[in-house]
Amino acid sequence: MQGGAAGLAYRGRTASIGFAHGPFVRVDAGAAGERVAGTLVEEALALRNAIDVASGQIADLAASAGGEAAQILEFQVALLEDEDLIEAIFASVGEGRPADIAWRSTLDAHIADYNSAPDDYLKARSSDLADLRDRVVHILRGDEGQPLKVPSGGVVCADDLPPSRFLEIDWSGGGGLALLRGSPTSHVAMLARARGIPMVVQLGSIPDVGTTALLDGEGATLELDPNAEQVRTFEKRRDSHLKSRASARAILRRPTASWRGERIKLFINIQRVEDLEHADAQYADGIGLMRTEFLLTERGGLPDEETQFQAYDAVLRWADRRPVTIRTFDAGGDKPVPGFTVDGEANPFLGVRGLRLCLARPEIFAVQLRALARAAVRGNLKVMFPMVTSADELEAGRKLFADVVQRLQADGIAAMLPELGIMVEVPAAALAIASFKTSFFSIGSNDLAQYVLACDRSNGALAPLMDPLHPAVLELIARTAEHGRRAAISVSLCGDMAGDPRCLPALLNCGLRELSVNASALAQIKQTIDRLSSGGGLG
Amino acid sequence: MLDRADGQIFTGNVRLVHAVGMHARPAVKLTKLAKKFQAQISVRVAGAPEWINAKSVAKIMAMRAAHGSTIEIKASGSDAEAAVAALVDLIASDFPDGAP
Repeated sequence: MQGGAAGLAYRGRTASIGFAHGPFVRVDAGAAGERVAGTLVEEALALRNAIDVASGQIADLAASAGGEAAQILEFQVALLEDEDLIEAIFASVGEGRPADIAWRSTLDAHIADYNSAPDDYLKARSSDLADLRDRVVHILRGDEGQPLKVPSGGVVCADDLPPSRFLEIDWSGGGGLALLRGSPTSHVAMLARARGIPMVVQLGSIPDVGTTALLDGEGATLELDPNAEQVRTFEKRRDSHLKSRASARAILRRPTASWRGERIKLFINIQRVEDLEHADAQYADGIGLMRTEFLLTERGGLPDEETQFQAYDAVLRWADRRPVTIRTFDAGGDKPVPGFTVDGEANPFLGVRGLRLCLARPEIFAVQLRALARAAVRGNLKVMFPMVTSADELEAGRKLFADVVQRLQADGIAAMLPELGIMVEVPAAALAIASFKTSFFSIGSNDLAQYVLACDRSNGALAPLMDPLHPAVLELIARTAEHGRRAAISVSLCGDMAGDPRCLPALLNCGLRELSVNASALAQIKQTIDRLSSGGGLG
Repeated sequence: MLDRADGQIFTGNVRLVHAVGMHARPAVKLTKLAKKFQAQISVRVAGAPEWINAKSVAKIMAMRAAHGSTIEIKASGSDAEAAVAALVDLIASDFPDGAP
């Protein structure tokens, strides 16, 4: 059958965990109907009326949805009440533009502005603007008022879905959301998580022809017109997910995790300060990896010392007495930063990145070190350098850091040198681990595996080779852990392996007793350790 | 011109402590509060060339004030002094729920 979808599976990104098996419902943006414009006065009246109707609809939605959804919709109401915004559109109508064109072009300009932002959070807000744009346009064209008809338990597939359309769907019978584009940080993703509706985003292109779908929010897959075998394995995954979720919540609240009588410390990785808002973050033993690259992508160029200090201090205050490991800028490689990283490298992954770049740009690095030295007196701070190859680099970094501390103290500013460690991600560092004089090591298993296996981790064609459980990778992890044990230096692992239950037995057998994972994986990992500890399998 | 005894301009500075900067919820709260005052109120990220109407949520969002940036506020009109104080307080207290 031409164009048949039978048995096909698509992979996206997880936005909300859960499972849905039901009719496949393709939803498209409303067809753009034509509208005949009236006189200037009629157009202005039509626009005023459409804005009032939209306001009322959104207020009704907010009232029936309540809670977080109401707060999200409040932004749209505020936009409709924004005189500067609305008056400009009326002025455009006054100049002879049809109401729908004037409205759409103004909103489109704002949407384009949001989308050009380097900040994902702001980008995600553009779907709220698009939602409002479409609602008013539909009212003007007289084709509003048909709520989405979705059969109970349906898997809704759209290019993107605005929050108000999500709220119009009756989710009481379950169902799921599969978006070809979309973002895990969008408002609709927040709503889906709050409602427990599985959601997968960034699925790319999908044929229009499926009738039944399996949506796995955990594995981030969508399967269309599945065969009996696919349904069986899907149901197995779903059942074990449901069973384990209940017990994972209970295990998460236990004070510690242990395996064969040994304490396993579980930390979380954060990309930015607001990751601490995750409900499970509080159960972590501390922060195992705070990335700082988000500071480099904010508007207005490289961050000043005070901006950085505030971010580090906010995390230390959150952690209270728990340890917080902050990694210095890991720019370069696949993370170019204008004004900082080196352009035009033939092979950026083997180029001037991580600590190499920071040592090459000491004027930028010193600002971060000053902010960290000041933050060090405020809590249990540890600092680690990424992408270290030789002990000389570590010592050069340490010297810069010590100089910064000395200058701050000479100026009467409270500062101290925090505990220093390195990421173990270059195979040479793992092999010569004893040459580094540090107080801790953190294994970056993503880069370590990429370098050991000589596989670009972003190259899908190499996926079968890119196996973090390859004996060579495990050998280097075990060596590092063994060195730590002998020298009484703590060793943790903060790559994707730590959050993958299938890798846990190997990591524990390698001698690791500290792992750092995303907050969303904490419950599952703690539960898996508990199972392994009581002699069970991975479940 | 002496027809407006209240023509005095009041100003204030406050650091944006909100973790994600001036995003949707803070921007809505800020404009809602600003609209409670008669005064003309403008804000900008310290040193920015343009002052922005504090009552326009679209413009406040487009300002893209980042976490840790300093917000300057100026107001003129009968209740300008109270308006500046209220906005400084809202931003400094990190846009608490229930406010305004």
